[in-house]
Parts: sequence; C-alpha cells; structure tokens
Amino acid sequence: MLNQKRFIVSHAPFWHDGSGITERSYHTFLAALPAAIFGVVKYGMPAVGVLSLSISLAILWELAFNKVSKESVTIGDGNAALIGLLFGMVLPAGAPWWLVLVGTFIAVIIGKQIYGGIGGNPFNPIAMAMAILMLSWGFYIDIDVSLIHYDFGHYALYPIGALKHFGPSAVEGVTAADLLMGNQAGAIGTTFGLGLILGGVYLILRNFIRWEICLSFLVGVVLTALMFKANDAARFGGPVIHLFSGYTLIGAFFLATEDSSSPVNFVPMIIYGLVGGMLTVLIRNIGAWIDGVFLAILIINTINPLLDKIRPKAIGKVV
Amino acid sequence: MIKRSFFGLAKPRFVYEPLDSPMKPERIPMPRKATLHFDQPLDRRDALSLNPGDKVKTGQKLVLTEDSDDYIISPVTGAVSSVSAFIGDFGASRTALSIDVAEEEEIDSGFSEVSGDVSLDNAAQYLQHLPGNPPFRALADPRTKIETIVVTGLDSDLLVATNQNIVQTHVNAISRGISILKKMTHAKYVIVALPPKLLKQAGGVGGASGTEIRVISEDYPSALPPFIMKEVLGKVVPAGKTSADMGVAFFTAEAAACVAKAFETGEIPTTKTLTVIKKDLSRMLVEARIGTPLRDIFAICGITLNDRDRIILGGPMTGGAIYTEDYPVGPETDAVMVQDSAAVSLVSDYPCINCGDCVRICPADIPVNMLVRFCEARQYETAADEYDLYSCIECGLCTFVCPSRIPIFQYIRLAKYEMAKAEAEIEPVEEAPVETPEDTTAEGAEETVEESQEETAEETDA
Repeated sequence: MLNQKRFIVSHAPFWHDGSGITERSYHTFLAALPAAIFGVVKYGMPAVGVLSLSISLAILWELAFNKVSKESVTIGDGNAALIGLLFGMVLPAGAPWWLVLVGTFIAVIIGKQIYGGIGGNPFNPIAMAMAILMLSWGFYIDIDVSLIHYDFGHYALYPIGALKHFGPSAVEGVTAADLLMGNQAGAIGTTFGLGLILGGVYLILRNFIRWEICLSFLVGVVLTALMFKANDAARFGGPVIHLFSGYTLIGAFFLATEDSSSPVNFVPMIIYGLVGGMLTVLIRNIGAWIDGVFLAILIINTINPLLDKIRPKAIGKVV
Repeated sequence: MIKRSFFGLAKPRFVYEPLDSPMKPERIPMPRKATLHFDQPLDRRDALSLNPGDKVKTGQKLVLTEDSDDYIISPVTGAVSSVSAFIGDFGASRTALSIDVAEEEEIDSGFSEVSGDVSLDNAAQYLQHLPGNPPFRALADPRTKIETIVVTGLDSDLLVATNQNIVQTHVNAISRGISILKKMTHAKYVIVALPPKLLKQAGGVGGASGTEIRVISEDYPSALPPFIMKEVLGKVVPAGKTSADMGVAFFTAEAAACVAKAFETGEIPTTKTLTVIKKDLSRMLVEARIGTPLRDIFAICGITLNDRDRIILGGPMTGGAIYTEDYPVGPETDAVMVQDSAAVSLVSDYPCINCGDCVRICPADIPVNMLVRFCEARQYETAADEYDLYSCIECGLCTFVCPSRIPIFQYIRLAKYEMAKAEAEIEPVEEAPVETPEDTTAEGAEETVEESQEETAEETDA
C-alpha cells in the first residue's frame, strides 16, 4: 500500500468548458474600456484621477473586507476592479476624491460584500452607490455643475438635463451621430455611445451578458419615449435623446445585466428589461430626478426574484 | 475536452460521435486475482457463508450470509482469499470478496439446471448481475407490469462505445435476447433505440415481430433513459418515479445479448465488454472477466498512470472517480477513462453568480441556479418541493458550463441521497410495533441501512 499512486478523486462530470469568473470580469472590463478611454481623452487628467482612484479603492475596500471578515481574498476574480471601473465611469470628471471614496465603499461593502460577496447581492452595487450619492450629495454629481470649467467646442449642456429643465427645444440641434460619437457632456464613461454599444455587442456575442435584458431595456426606453412624445411633443424629448444620452447605454449593457441581480429565464428577462427601460423614461419625464437609470435598475432588481418565478415547467413535474 | 467557443452565444453542443465501423475488442487474459463487490455491509457478527479458503466455480451463485437475497455470480474459478469491508459512494458500507484464480476453470451447473425454464424468477435469481446490469430484480416484483422494453444501442455517456459496438456486431444475439425478454415479461412492445449512424449495420436488430427501431438524436443526453422516455415514447416519468413504474424496462444491447447467451448455453456470461478511454481521448474496446483489476487492463492497453491523474469508471459526464488501480471491473462498468493530471478539471467553493448558463443548458428545464443554492444550504426539502430536484436526469451539463465551477451535479446527487435517507428514517419508526425503546431504535437503524441501499441500487439500475 505504501507505494500506491495517489489519484485525484472528484465528482462527475470530469470535463469543464473552461469558463470562469475571472474571465467574465476581465472581458467585461475590456468591453467597457473604449468608452472609458474616450472619457479620459475628452476630460483629461481629472478623469484619469477619478477612474484610477475608483478602481484602486474598490479593490482595497474588498481586500479590507476580506481581511476583516477573515475570508479568503477574492480580489483576484476581478469583480472589485470591474465595479471600480464602472463606478468611475458613471461619475463626472470633476467628482471630488471623498465622493469616490464614499461611493466605492457603498458599492463594494454595502452593495456587495455584506450580502456575502459575489453572487449574493440583490442590487447592482454601482446603481446602489449612485442612488445613495444622488440623494446625499446630488450637487457633486450634477454633470453641468462639475463640468463648468470645461470648454469642449461643442454643445456642452448635459442633454438629459437640458431636456428636463428647458424642454425639447433646448436639445433640438443635437443629432444621434453627435451623441454616439461622444459630442455631448456627460459622465466620464457614458458619452461615447458607440463605444458602449460595441462593448455591449462584444459581451453579448461572448455570452458574458444576456442579450434579452439589454435589448428589452432599450426597447422599453424607445417605446416609452415615443409614447410621451406622441402625447405632448412640446414637453417631452424623442427616443434618440433618451437612448444615447445620460446613463441609458451603460445602464442597459453594463448595469442592468449584472448577473447576481438579474433574472435568467427568458420571459422574466424580457419583462425585467422592458420595465427598466420604461421606468427610466418615466422618472426622466415626470419624476423629480434628471436621470432615472439607477433608480429604475434598483426597482427592477427588487422585482427580479419574483419575476424569475415565471419559468418553464421542468420535465416530470407533476404539480 | 470540449472548450467554450469564442462566440459563447451559441450553446455548447455535445455529440455522441458513434463509431463509423465496429471495433475489435482486445481480450484481457484471465486475472490472477479477481475482486467482487457485494452491496451488503460486512458484519463480523454474522455467520458468513463465504470464508477464506472456500472453493468457488465459474458461474456459481455466491451469497455473503445465508439469509441474504443479495448475491453475486462468481466470474472465475478459484479459492476465496479474503472477505473485507470497504466504503463505497456516500459512505455506504459494502463488502469486497477476493478470489485467487485457479488455472483450471470449472463451470458451475446451478443455472444450467434451471435454464430450460425461461422465467422472470429464474432471471432474477441468476441473471441480475449479467454484464450490462439488466433490471431483473425490479421486474420480478409482482407489482411491476412491463408493457414496453427498450433496448438502447447507444451508450448514455459521451465517448463510450461499448453498446454501440455490440449492437453492430451481435445483431442476432440481441434479436434472440429480445424474444426471450418479450416472452419472459409479456411485454407488448419492444423498441430498439439507435442513432441514425448505426441504422445501416444494426437496423436488422429484432427480426421478431413487434420490434420497432426508433431513431434517437446524436446530441447528448438523448440516450439517457429519461430522455428516451420523453422523446421516443412520449411519456414523462413523474418526478420521484422510475421508468419501471411507468411500465417501461430499459436494457442495454449488451444485456440483451447476454440474456440470449445465458439461456441458450446454460452458462452465465461473465465477460464484460468495456471501452477504455485513454489520456488522448482515443478509444479502445476490451473484453475482460468481471472482477479483473483495472491494473491488468491498463497494462494491456499501454496506459501508464502517475500521481494526480484521474481514473474514472464510466464516461466523462456521469462516471465516478476511483482511488486505486486495483478496483475491479463490475457488471455495470461500461467504460473506464483515464485523465492526465494536466487535464483534470477541478471544482471550487465559489458561490453561484447567477449567470444562468446552467438554466439555459438544462435539458430538463430545472431552475438550477435556485436549486443549487438550496442544496448548498442543505435545504433539501425546499429543493425537492419548489425547485424540481427530482426532475434532474443527472446528465452533468450544468456543472460542465458553470463559471463558478460549483459541483452542482454532486450537490444534486447528495440532495437525493439525503432525502432518501431521511425518508427511510421516518417510515420504520411509524411502522415499528411499540416495544421497548431500545429495540425500536435498533430495528429502525437496521432497516434504514437496508432501505437506503436498495434505493442506491435502484438508482444505479435506472
């Protein structure tokens, strides 16, 4: 018995397709990079500062929580870095350092870790952090306020804000091409619509996010915007501005699709996305806030467990 | 190994890859020592009917204790060298019997005396452990009424080529086996399930009237019995029931051929055909006596094993890893697979991230993402009542695609095992006559062990 070879004994199946969480995180990171880099080019060093601080603080918060709770260190899975990047992308370039510090704390610790870490969070950490910041320090994440010292050489009002405050006439000259190519004011990583769409399509093709959610979210935005416009064109903006400005695209492709807080069955995914899109426009048009994406995502996160009960009957299920 | 494709939007597709032409099996010489496994635990207080030094003949029916109805058929002639306890899956106590093989082979006449009478009783008494494990014990139960016999010509797991080879090379024996089975069980219908590729060579199976050939898809897991039930027979096995409850009995092509051989010659077949899947995934077919240690087979097939490699009894999706090369070939061992340490995939304790890949690949439409959460938290009853635990057909696809590498399949098997154990613990207490408390517990405990073993055995049959 002493010279017996020692074999690995484990459970079936004995094959695996090689997918992993680290891979998912870093590919999502990669998909978000074009929009983030565009933001850096557009807003310069302040954007670099916000993004770097956000990514490193998100990782440090998670590491600190790992140490305090005496769990194995999980920063290697890339999820904390991804939260940091996405959180940095939804902040304006002029965000003060302490806002990033508090925001990443909310996102990583309150948004994710206290629920048991990755996979346990019922709400999207970034949406949760932004919602709390909006309520507490709305002034500092107001795009127009924080970008006041910039001169872009193009129409520099935050389109969604202008629409809210001055009506559709204020954004008449804004075209879809402008918005897609980033000729608009906005948060660091949200102005380059085309980059976000390309990143999203990449993630869909690689099956890292679920196309049903993004598509139905966007459809929900378009449909609701059309309805409002048909009802009172003088008060409400059209679908183009709702689709390509503000946080819509990053919300549809990177936030609403977050695994843990979104449904997995087909019908629930469609409802989840549609409701998210509709709520976004509802809050923008008749709500108190300029942009409703984060609040809409938090609401659909809340109904997700209930929605996911709508599912096909398993084979052999009697009742 | 099949890797995730770059464009992951398409679901991974698994194909059985049936053989183009039959393979010639390599014969493994008679082993010097054979090991056999009893499902029964070894209790030293019992008077054993088998002791070291006892002579056994090939085909002899062996029982561990006089009053036991669990038996095995000795595949070799020789002398018992040891009877020892060992621990099987889920900590089940079982008994291993070693036989030193003698040079001269003698055939026991027990079965030949009764083989003229083709009856289910005789089959259950002697042929329960034929190569391919036919479900005779379940069928001999008078409550079971069999209407349909399904003979599967495709092995249920990937890469395994045992039955598809037999269905191509032993067409006549299988046909005769089918007639015997039909006569024995009074079944109305016999269905042979074959993939399209094997129709040409095996299409003649049956011959006898009432045998129908039905084509099954080459996509995994279409050859798993619950899937054949659903796709071919249009019947869905209700969760918690077996196919036998629905009047359907499954036989592998090998079992059908062995039934014919047994009744025609009066000798119980003791040679098992199995597929050897090597480290480079090339396949070889071998014929070995039941009880042959795998070490002998590896030597003939030129397989060398190192530390941290993996030996798997069965195929890559549903097999079971074992810890020693001395493990014997059993009547149910359709394949043995070896994996190099570099190819060994490991599981992790990472939590479910709710990506939904498992839900979308599950052929039984189970909400695997929810099920695994309840299984991890040992909430087995909720898992069974609300999240379709018993609908699982145990194909292993969810675990294959899981990015968190959770051993979902094992969690499900463990949940089913724990549920069966819990049920077995409840029932005897209710039925037991009220005596002294100590007696009741002792009886209850004994019955628990027996019942959980029966259930494990049934699961293996199914």
